[in-house]
Amino acid sequence: MSASKKDKSDNGAKRSIRVKALARVEGEGALNLTMRDGQVEELQLKIYEPPRFFEAFLRGRDYQEVPDITARICGICPVAYQMGSCHALEKAMGVFDQVDPAIRMLRNVLYCGEWIESHVLHMFLLHLPDFLGFESAISMAADHGALVKRSLRIKKAGNDVVALLGGRSVHPVGICVGGFYRAPDAAAAAALARELRVCLDDMCEITLFLAEHITFPTLEREYEFVSLCPDDEYPMNLGRIKSNKGLNVDQEEFGRAIEERQVAHSSALHAVVKGRGPYLVGPLARLNLNAEKLLPRAAELLPKVCKAVGKMLPWQNNYFSLLARGLETVHALELAADSLGNYVPPVRTRVPIVPRAGIGGHGTEAPRGICWHEYRSEADGTIVSARIIPPTSQNYAMIEADLRALAPQVVELPDEDAALRCEHLIRNYDPCISCSVHFLKFSRVRA
Amino acid sequence: MPVQKVLESRASDKPRLAVFKFSSCDGCQLQLLNLEDELLNLVEAVEIAYFLEARRRELPPPYDIGLVEGSISTGDEEDRIQRVRRDCKYLITIGACATSGGIQALRNWANIDEFAGYVYPSPQLVSTLETATPIAAHVFVDFELRGCPVNQYQLLEVISALLAGRKPNIPTHSLCIECKRRGVPCVLVSGAQPCLGPITQTGCGALCPAGGRACYGCFGPMEQPNIASLGSWFTARLGYSPRKMKRMLRLFNGYLEPFKQASDHYERLEEGQER
Repeated sequence: MSASKKDKSDNGAKRSIRVKALARVEGEGALNLTMRDGQVEELQLKIYEPPRFFEAFLRGRDYQEVPDITARICGICPVAYQMGSCHALEKAMGVFDQVDPAIRMLRNVLYCGEWIESHVLHMFLLHLPDFLGFESAISMAADHGALVKRSLRIKKAGNDVVALLGGRSVHPVGICVGGFYRAPDAAAAAALARELRVCLDDMCEITLFLAEHITFPTLEREYEFVSLCPDDEYPMNLGRIKSNKGLNVDQEEFGRAIEERQVAHSSALHAVVKGRGPYLVGPLARLNLNAEKLLPRAAELLPKVCKAVGKMLPWQNNYFSLLARGLETVHALELAADSLGNYVPPVRTRVPIVPRAGIGGHGTEAPRGICWHEYRSEADGTIVSARIIPPTSQNYAMIEADLRALAPQVVELPDEDAALRCEHLIRNYDPCISCSVHFLKFSRVRA
Repeated sequence: MPVQKVLESRASDKPRLAVFKFSSCDGCQLQLLNLEDELLNLVEAVEIAYFLEARRRELPPPYDIGLVEGSISTGDEEDRIQRVRRDCKYLITIGACATSGGIQALRNWANIDEFAGYVYPSPQLVSTLETATPIAAHVFVDFELRGCPVNQYQLLEVISALLAGRKPNIPTHSLCIECKRRGVPCVLVSGAQPCLGPITQTGCGALCPAGGRACYGCFGPMEQPNIASLGSWFTARLGYSPRKMKRMLRLFNGYLEPFKQASDHYERLEEGQER
């Protein structure tokens, strides 16, 4: 829903674009954009998602309860929160280096499931309608029913991967600090691997189809891309955190390498790289920094996709995030299919832990980008402090910067079209507003 | 209002479904979109009139069925739920936040200013209520569907039942029955794990016990649970302290009776005010 106001005065033409409730995003947000003579006068991406105070009530809980609780920050990417909590707490408990390769492999498979379900949800149900001119996938299904059905089958396979390891796809129950409560059944894993292979072929086809048939808006920007950059695999759970502009830190240091700043036009917090400025996390950043680590099917697809859109990496246009998600989904489908196809139940599913006083910080790659956690524990495993930096609060400053860059392109458009163009840009980020309660903009304290 | 009547009143078109979000994680409304095999049939059967997470188009009220996710934790939400109630003929709350206040109801036992000061650098800008409460504490609710998250097939059952004009078939017995039915070995008796299954409502499919861990109560209390009995088992046989008992009960459904009352009891024990 949008509204706009035009008034001519001596100061020139003023134009306001308001989107009171952003649709097809996760959580609650609004947009206010005011322009005068084609210049942005005021721009606010407003967030009215209520605060839920997770870090506050994590204090006093047992460390083993943490992954169950942090999952509830986000129903779409619970695995990201569980993985961040588990890795950080394993560091605090001093067992991080003892986690078996088999457990690490299963964690990657679990994460593949979340990437698949979340990416496909966003690509086809939330983002693609913008490119094809529909208000929703429900309307889009009338003209593109086969495509929607194919995407739902792939999304379901992603959910099934999470359910295989976690019991269910929203707030999975199988994950604990140290590993898993139980290893998946080998026969079920093999059956799912076969379905994943079918989806892999289809996803390759669909991704190339999208690259060849969609017209992508152009908004080339100078981004600082930030992602995990492991040496030997496409980023997911492990790796140093690097950027294309020289950031290169250990996992534990990341919380100190960035700062959350308050800026003049908004009381919202913006995460910036210290001494530099806004940065971008998520699929486009991961792909640009790690393309050479994609598995064979995605690696083979990448040049075809680049050729279809006429742009080689690095992509500086975040509308291509749709394709980056497509390529990452292909990668995740292949990794999950291979891992489950060769799966042998591990000797042990979790590392034994003796609680201790400690501190641990770790970030993993949520579908939307780095999700970083830090915890401090007492000797009996009780949490004494918690800090969580979700991906969308890191992208928030960049979303606003993109909107400022876009504004001159939309100033002459009719209201509805201008609002749609802004919304489309916001959806490039797959913003997860429920997660990002750190950048809330509020008016007044209520007595 | 009888179900049949609700839906017959708009016999000429499809019943209108609306989905509303309050303080929550989005997971319960996501369960609708996670009905991959049924989704396209569902949108044939009902008109998705308002569902911000899925579509941009909004049809004006009234709505035949309103699904409400989330708890009431801000002043705006207090006002908005009244409008939502007015706009919906049949109001169904979905999930632990909407039916119990959810995990954010842990603030109800804390000092909200201290909480806000811990999380936000400028807590004076935070606009929030001191409590997070279930929808039924504010307006009349026609049906409450439990779970953190709700089971998507139970959600489909509730919608289907409304469309067919019958009572939703949602069992309210304990999770134990489900384990016995499925032949899942008891993690409490044979595994000495602190399982909340005996006092928790079924609905998840016994996921935790089947996966080798104790139930942590995400579907909330069953009908008339014997919490005292389970508590003395945990205390006597597993060596649980009142503090641990309190913590177990105060999770995703902690503010829902009788979990709330029992957790307050263990808190008093912890503080040495009893015995």
